[in-house]
Amino acid sequence: MTAPNSMFSAALVIPAMRDAVKKLKPRELSRNPVMFVTASVAALLTLLLALGEPGLSTGFQVQLALWLWLTVLFGTFAEALAEGRGRAQAASLRATKAELKAKLMLGVGDTYELVPATQLEKGEIVLVETGDLIPADGEVIEGVASVNEAAITGESAPVIREAGGDRSAVTAGTRVISDQIKVRVTAEPGQGFLDRMIALVEGAERRKTPNEIALTILLVGLTIIFLIAVSTIPAFASYAGGAIPVALLAALLITLIPTTIAALLSAIGIAGMDRLVRFNVLAKSGRAVEAAGDVDVLLLDKTGTITIGDRQASEFRALAGVETDMLAEAALLASLADETPEGRSIVALARERYAIRVQALPAGSEIIPFTAQTRLSGVTVAGVTIHKGAVDSILKAHPLEDALPAVQEMRRITDEIARAGGTPLAVIRDGRLLGAIHLKDVVKSGVRERFVELRKMGIRTVMITGDNPLTAAAIAAEAGVDDFLAEATPEDKLALIRREQAEGRLVAMCGDGTNDAPALAQADVGVAMNTGTQAAREAGNMVDLDSDPTKLIEVVGLGKQLLMTRGALTTFSVANDVAKYFAIIPAIFVALYPGLGVLNVMGLATPESAVLSAIIFNALIIPCLVPLALKGVRYRPMPAGPLLARNLSVYGLGGLVAPFVGIKLIDLAVSGLNLA
Amino acid sequence: MTVAGWGLILLFVAILLALAKPMGLWLFALYEGRITPLHRVLGPVERGFYRLAGIDPNEEQGWRRYALHMLLFNVALLIFTYAVLRLQGVLPVNPQGFGAVGADGAFNTAISFTTNTNWQWYSGEATLSNLSQMLGLTIQNFLSAATGIAIAFALFRGFARREVKTIGNFWADMTRVTLYLLLPICIVYAIFLIASGVPQTLAGSVDATTLEGVKQTIALGPVASQEAIKMLGTNGGGFFNANSAHPFENPTALTNLVQMLSILAIGVGLTWCFGRAVGDTRQGWAILAAMGVLFVAGVAVTYWQEAAGNPVLHQLGALGGNMEGKEVRFGIAASALFAVVTTAASCGAVNAMHDSFTALGGMIPLFNMQIGEVVVGGVGAGIYGFLLFAILAVFVAGLMVGRTPEYVGKKIEAREVKLAVLAIAILPLVILGFTAIASVLPAGLAGPLNKGPHGFSEILYAFTSCAGNNGSAFAGLTAGTPFYNGMLGVAMWLGRFFVIVPALAIAGSLAAKRHVPASSGSFPTTGGLWIGLLVGIILILGGLTFLPSLALGPIADHLAMVNGQLF
Repeated sequence: MTAPNSMFSAALVIPAMRDAVKKLKPRELSRNPVMFVTASVAALLTLLLALGEPGLSTGFQVQLALWLWLTVLFGTFAEALAEGRGRAQAASLRATKAELKAKLMLGVGDTYELVPATQLEKGEIVLVETGDLIPADGEVIEGVASVNEAAITGESAPVIREAGGDRSAVTAGTRVISDQIKVRVTAEPGQGFLDRMIALVEGAERRKTPNEIALTILLVGLTIIFLIAVSTIPAFASYAGGAIPVALLAALLITLIPTTIAALLSAIGIAGMDRLVRFNVLAKSGRAVEAAGDVDVLLLDKTGTITIGDRQASEFRALAGVETDMLAEAALLASLADETPEGRSIVALARERYAIRVQALPAGSEIIPFTAQTRLSGVTVAGVTIHKGAVDSILKAHPLEDALPAVQEMRRITDEIARAGGTPLAVIRDGRLLGAIHLKDVVKSGVRERFVELRKMGIRTVMITGDNPLTAAAIAAEAGVDDFLAEATPEDKLALIRREQAEGRLVAMCGDGTNDAPALAQADVGVAMNTGTQAAREAGNMVDLDSDPTKLIEVVGLGKQLLMTRGALTTFSVANDVAKYFAIIPAIFVALYPGLGVLNVMGLATPESAVLSAIIFNALIIPCLVPLALKGVRYRPMPAGPLLARNLSVYGLGGLVAPFVGIKLIDLAVSGLNLA
Repeated sequence: MTVAGWGLILLFVAILLALAKPMGLWLFALYEGRITPLHRVLGPVERGFYRLAGIDPNEEQGWRRYALHMLLFNVALLIFTYAVLRLQGVLPVNPQGFGAVGADGAFNTAISFTTNTNWQWYSGEATLSNLSQMLGLTIQNFLSAATGIAIAFALFRGFARREVKTIGNFWADMTRVTLYLLLPICIVYAIFLIASGVPQTLAGSVDATTLEGVKQTIALGPVASQEAIKMLGTNGGGFFNANSAHPFENPTALTNLVQMLSILAIGVGLTWCFGRAVGDTRQGWAILAAMGVLFVAGVAVTYWQEAAGNPVLHQLGALGGNMEGKEVRFGIAASALFAVVTTAASCGAVNAMHDSFTALGGMIPLFNMQIGEVVVGGVGAGIYGFLLFAILAVFVAGLMVGRTPEYVGKKIEAREVKLAVLAIAILPLVILGFTAIASVLPAGLAGPLNKGPHGFSEILYAFTSCAGNNGSAFAGLTAGTPFYNGMLGVAMWLGRFFVIVPALAIAGSLAAKRHVPASSGSFPTTGGLWIGLLVGIILILGGLTFLPSLALGPIADHLAMVNGQLF
């Protein structure tokens, strides 16, 4: 996906300014109660200005009203800017969608009718030929094709989509680049992946997340408390034998209520989703992103996440009485035709370590391909048959007495390899067991460190593997995961998730197959791989367009960053109030009790400039914090204690001190320019 | 300030800390409904009560039912007390022959004692018969204290329980707290007081002839029994108008120390009990530490201000600290400490007149009440009030560790935030709102004795004291008028039950939640950082709300004093 990289490029800022004004509509504003109060007070001041309030200069009142309106505008601008970043992406997606045409099958042979994709109904079948764009989300029911999904994922290498199995889902807007397929439409019109993506990046479907709702309640509560505090002042002042101009009380109120966080709250949420989208992960709801921050347990598939997908041959283990070279040569011959990475690694090992010089299979050799039934492969060379395969499969194909020393030794070697975290392949020549090939799982470099980080953050990692418990334990120890689930079936996964959840933990996992769907749906954060089946993509609450299972870890980080940004700005906003009090309270009360002038600790020039400076600071802090709100606070994995200490000193203490400095500087400017 | 003064303060804090665990253990046994050694004696009484009232103590109640029973019980007590006061003239045990208490006065007093406020617009010895003191007030002293502790227990259960709908049984909590906690301690305590010279008699008064040959009537009565629960239950309603400054209520230095300790004893015990209830005593110590920071800071300011005295008087040659309105027997340190203790808790007993404190010295008690009396606080009320702040503190700052906020294993979500804000907002609404009304209406303006900011402080203090259910009087305000009796009565009711009901609702909501096991990624709610955060949130939320009113009251008063103007 492409989007302007600079947050403040003119292409984004100018439309955002226009939208900021549009968002001043009362209905739009009322979604944000604090800003609504701010706007109401601004309107009230504007009205008072027209009526003329005694005791204050018109110039001062004009400036006050102006800055209050600017406060509101800065808030709407922040939201518009955050939305604008997604809108550019949405526009290109929408263009793709508009041009989609579908070849709707008519049910008789291969005849079809060309219709606009928007008219496709769920269940209809379309034909997609080489060069066509797939018109709707669906499932391949016939054929195999390579598909370029760059429009969605940004990855130009084509992927295979075929009927049946776990690679049958296709997405609207992607292009078939070879062969042809028939696709059954699985999405209602307007409900497809593309539609969802457009809505998501545009923020149109944005609903407040649970945490945002709770925070909004707190902000409203603070607003009410400060409303009480300010609205009772006139009565107190009348006791003291004076009166305080409404404009000054309005200024006090606006500086006290949490305008900063209220103005930035929705921008933070939108930007958080946007970061995820840029990371090529689509979250179906903001709730899922928040849940990611709360995750306690990560279920990680071994293959591809913890180990590099392919196992490598590392050793030949010959049985007693068998030359290792003989085993190596047999293994090499059996693997020459095996184009899998495992097969290639056996050939490489035999050649490099055991100096076997066979370059190619002799003519007349017969290749025995791997089938799901026999689960072994091999070759017949000059009348000699060599098989290789899982130990159990080999023994099944070649029934040997269990009591035979060779079989017993084979089992012993098998166990040893498994215990070391490897997978054994048995090699048999003309019914004689030669030995085993040790296939080793290679743990990805750097994952161990990642798990250490996760543990510091209080997150437990559980490795999921189909391996037997011995192998699993060895790999788990090597990779440094906290726990593992061996010989895992989809039911085991589901049960594990339920068990963790019953103990109060939040679980995240990723998966791609149809049989992963129940577990994906049960997990608090379920990341479906985009290459996966439609069922998996429906069940998860996030889809990873790159189909990279390691990303689960980053998704957790993004969730945490979103929550931290919200917390940091809330704390900053509340801490700001102290300084504002010290600016405004002496300014408005000094006429009643001149002694209160000593509270003017910042030494602000005049009461008017003090009030104006506080209001200006309160307004300007919003655009100053927009980059932080959009980028998110810096996030490094560490335990909660140090993290809190760091953020509290930056945003809490910083929030306490910054306005003292800021207001003083603004006051110098205001009084220097004779504005008040 | 003197070494002896600070020595007293340190001694006090040390004894209090030592009391936290033993008191907490005892409270925890009652919280759990365990069998204590006292059950052998009082068990039959307890069961007798249940049988008499037809209550099954093991029947668990949801928060709504718990709250409803609590409210009905308190309304019934209110009506009963009102009736006793109104019918005083025709009821027995009235040796002085006092007539009925006026309607507005009885309304105010009935609410005052039901809500554990014990605001007294009257002089006890000149208004109430012994029957009214015992039947109306002493009983309420017990039951209002027990109600507070019961609510705290219910809230603890909310945090401690997992995925259930119930938070305990109101009647069982009330009975156990009264029978096994308040009653036994009060019996021992009253005997100690009697031994120290506090009267305990049904006689009304004795006449004495003074050295000048004037006949003086010395009021007596069942003082010791009321005194014990007055302190222990953070009630504060004195038998005499002079309260604990009166030699018959507080005769010796030892009784003074014990009285101060007994105000906070149950409160500190409840912090420990909370930690134990949620399965981590460090949680309780952390709360107590945060309270301790606020407490010591308050004592230091008040003691410093009182010891520094009044510069205007210094110029006139009257050097030394501020002794106006203080008992010479206690002196500055013991009075300053008492003032902070009594307002930190929702006690309201006084051994000196807060009105006569220096402006800033008197502001600390005022501020203590405005932040909701959460510095140890009233029995039960202190800890549940504090937990409301803890919920907000966790919510504001908890997000900064990148998780949705949780406190002692419970996620804090929209509903808890809403209820906590509601409970916290009621105090500013009542204090500031009612003070505003009183400071513009003629009936309100007629109250204060003094002019200027000091008079304003008197009004503000009265509403603060009542809304906070403290009951301490700043004095100087003529509060026995229909206007103030009515307004202050309503303030007390709102300040009590509009906090309790949301607190119970939070208990219900939390009890139904899953327990989230703590990990190194969880927000730490023990340790210095958390303690600092709690103190910060309380000062910022509590302080900022009331700063304008404080600026126009005590702060203006103080600054005027510095400039040589007194009110």
